[in-house]
Amino acid sequence: MLLTWYVLVAVMITAYVVLDGFDLGAGILHLLIARTDEQRRTIIRTIGPVWDGNEVWLLAGGGTLYFAFPLLYASGFSGFYLPLMIVLWLLIFRGIGVELRMRFDSPVWAGLFDGAFGLGSLLLAVFYGAALGNVLRGVPLGKDEYFFLPLWTNWRVGPQPGILDWYTVLAGLVALVALALHGAHYVALKTSGEINARAKQIARQLWPFLVGLTALSLAATLYIRPGLLNNYRKLPVLYVIPVLVAGSLVSMWRSNSRGRERAAFLASCTYLVSMLVGAAAGVYPNLLTSTTDPALNITVYNAHSGRYAMSVGLIWWSLGMAIAVGYFVFVYRMFRGKVSGALGHGYGGNSDAVRQR
Amino acid sequence: MDDALMMHRLHFAFTITFHYLFPQLTMGLAPLIVILKTMYLRTNNPLYNRAARFWAKVFGISFLMGVVTGIPMEFQFGTNWAQFARATGGVIGQPLTMEGVFSFFLESAFLGLFLFGEERLSKIGHWWTGFAVFAGSWLSGFFIIATDAWMQHPVAFQRAADGSFQLTSFWGLLLNPWALIQYAHNMCGALITGTFVMAAVGAYYLLEGKFVEEGRAFLRLGVIAGIVACVVQIFPTGDLHGKMMGKYQPVTVAAMEGLFKTQSGAPMVILGQPDAEHERIDNPLVANKVLSFLLYGTTTATVKGLNEYPKSDWPTNIPLLYYTYHIMVGLGTIFLAVMAMSAFLLWRGLLYKARWMLWIILCCLPFPHIANTAGWITAEVGRQPWVVYGLMRTAAGYSANVQAGNSLFTLIGFMGLYTILAILFLFLVYRIIAHGPVDEAKSEVGSGAPITMA
Repeated sequence: MLLTWYVLVAVMITAYVVLDGFDLGAGILHLLIARTDEQRRTIIRTIGPVWDGNEVWLLAGGGTLYFAFPLLYASGFSGFYLPLMIVLWLLIFRGIGVELRMRFDSPVWAGLFDGAFGLGSLLLAVFYGAALGNVLRGVPLGKDEYFFLPLWTNWRVGPQPGILDWYTVLAGLVALVALALHGAHYVALKTSGEINARAKQIARQLWPFLVGLTALSLAATLYIRPGLLNNYRKLPVLYVIPVLVAGSLVSMWRSNSRGRERAAFLASCTYLVSMLVGAAAGVYPNLLTSTTDPALNITVYNAHSGRYAMSVGLIWWSLGMAIAVGYFVFVYRMFRGKVSGALGHGYGGNSDAVRQR
Repeated sequence: MDDALMMHRLHFAFTITFHYLFPQLTMGLAPLIVILKTMYLRTNNPLYNRAARFWAKVFGISFLMGVVTGIPMEFQFGTNWAQFARATGGVIGQPLTMEGVFSFFLESAFLGLFLFGEERLSKIGHWWTGFAVFAGSWLSGFFIIATDAWMQHPVAFQRAADGSFQLTSFWGLLLNPWALIQYAHNMCGALITGTFVMAAVGAYYLLEGKFVEEGRAFLRLGVIAGIVACVVQIFPTGDLHGKMMGKYQPVTVAAMEGLFKTQSGAPMVILGQPDAEHERIDNPLVANKVLSFLLYGTTTATVKGLNEYPKSDWPTNIPLLYYTYHIMVGLGTIFLAVMAMSAFLLWRGLLYKARWMLWIILCCLPFPHIANTAGWITAEVGRQPWVVYGLMRTAAGYSANVQAGNSLFTLIGFMGLYTILAILFLFLVYRIIAHGPVDEAKSEVGSGAPITMA
């Protein structure tokens, strides 16, 4: 039951990263490759009907964490107070950036919301990466199982780290490049013409950075937390995960070069899934490790809620998620295919924004 | 009072109060939009579809603001109320997650199609997307109410060895009698907001002399649905809610009513300022024996005053509680009068020309928001000093590891951000209203090609 919920929480977080990850990636691309108003609108239209549903995975995932492992939810969220608040603000900026950009026909308005959308997306990617880095690195948990981290201390990974140190910044960079690349593949899949070409080009340019950062981050992670390999040693089949990471990187490059857009996108999905599953596999059964005393680790054993709650939760959760996946399939099918290049109203209005809003 | 406790309370209070301004409008408008779409399907009159599209635009802005201000709420249980979250996750973690899993996925999946996918769908298909959004939003409300109802009236739990609350009955939690009554009363309140806003916009159009046909439709629907909502809000939902509180939260009722001393045949205070220091009401205007009757069914029943309870169990801010309660009831009564008069005039075919009534309806526009807010403050301030009624004090629930200064900093951040959101909201909704319910050129092409061209 504990392992089950650990896996389910990991699944939800992974789903969120893969789905909202391409929304964030589209936002980063919006900042980097869109030159004209039409191109910016096109990128927004690729995620317009789906970004909100994708974001719900964060809420459902956070909620699942709350009801399955309340101690981790309470300790983690309060300990990471400042960065979490910043993430909440960034989510607000991203949300209004995407939704309100086309509601008013003015270059200043568009510029402001483009900034909110693009910059918000970029910073979210960095913060999420740093958040994962913090979890992997561990935090100074006290005897009461709580902690509080300032934004930085001495940038070193020691017993008294801050949110930002060299390791978590590295993790943030990996996330930034990974999600930008993921977004590039998505945008390429959903567009045609110049934006499609630019997206593929930036994917090619980012790829070597991702390879380098992936290798660097894996080495760094094992350097600061060699214990993360323990589960792998016990269960060698887990070594398929790093193979998948490498394979997906290769596939990304090859698919992109050959113009196989869907394959490239699936490869970046696989990359994200393998990286997160790899982390989750290494971390178990810890949820949050202590940098001061391993006896204080928050684990699945000391953080979970009651047996009844977890059992009954499995029933309605499975039912609810099955239905939700059904919705997703339906909506994605309804909006499949490339965003039409022609100027149109609705999601991605043209300069007639005034008239129609 | 502890600095940190105060800051965390303010933090949650501010963010939730601002957040709820939006869901009450979206939940209130949702059923009305479904009604408009239904009328369009039945009568084929494009007026109703224009009306539905118009209100869908307002709905969309309100929904977005609700979403972006709502996400901080789910996380705030952990960030600012960690001790509470740790203790109660085993129970209320369930309805909060169910909200995400069942309601949010439903709403967000179909909202895009509802707002922008009309061209891709059949008429009935589009109706279903509207219904899905309505169902999702009302389901969402239920799970939140179930959470708050458990805090007000804890059921279906046992205490574990570490003091945490653990669930013992899934249906016991969801069918908490407090939850059912609170839900009915809350949704009715949201409906009041929706109907008054719709009627007010209709009144505005008639007073301005533009979009007259649509304005009349808005008035008709707003007033008919509004009078029903106003009545049900008071009786039976408000009445039942009051009786429930009389039974399970008598201290709170005493504080709400400013009843410092136990009394049989207790009066209901209509006007008057509570003086907590001298334990009396200044310049009271009372209705004799009414409180006893409303709470317990007889005019001679004894209602316990605050003097019966230790001061440590009194709600922490009695004047605030008293005022918000009286503002809610006072406004609710006024709403009933306004809707009753409007419904009467509508029935007699006089409403559209009765400019004095249209002015009143228009001026009522912001007040349902105020009444709903006052009601929620009554509920939450009334629950004090408990965060889980009778079992866990608020003072034991906040994040002790988050210093007051951090909470103050983020509170200021939210205040600034939400000020911007409020301005954006008002600006965008004003533009929608000014633009009016006119037909767009039919080319709502959304992302992705139509099905046939994939």
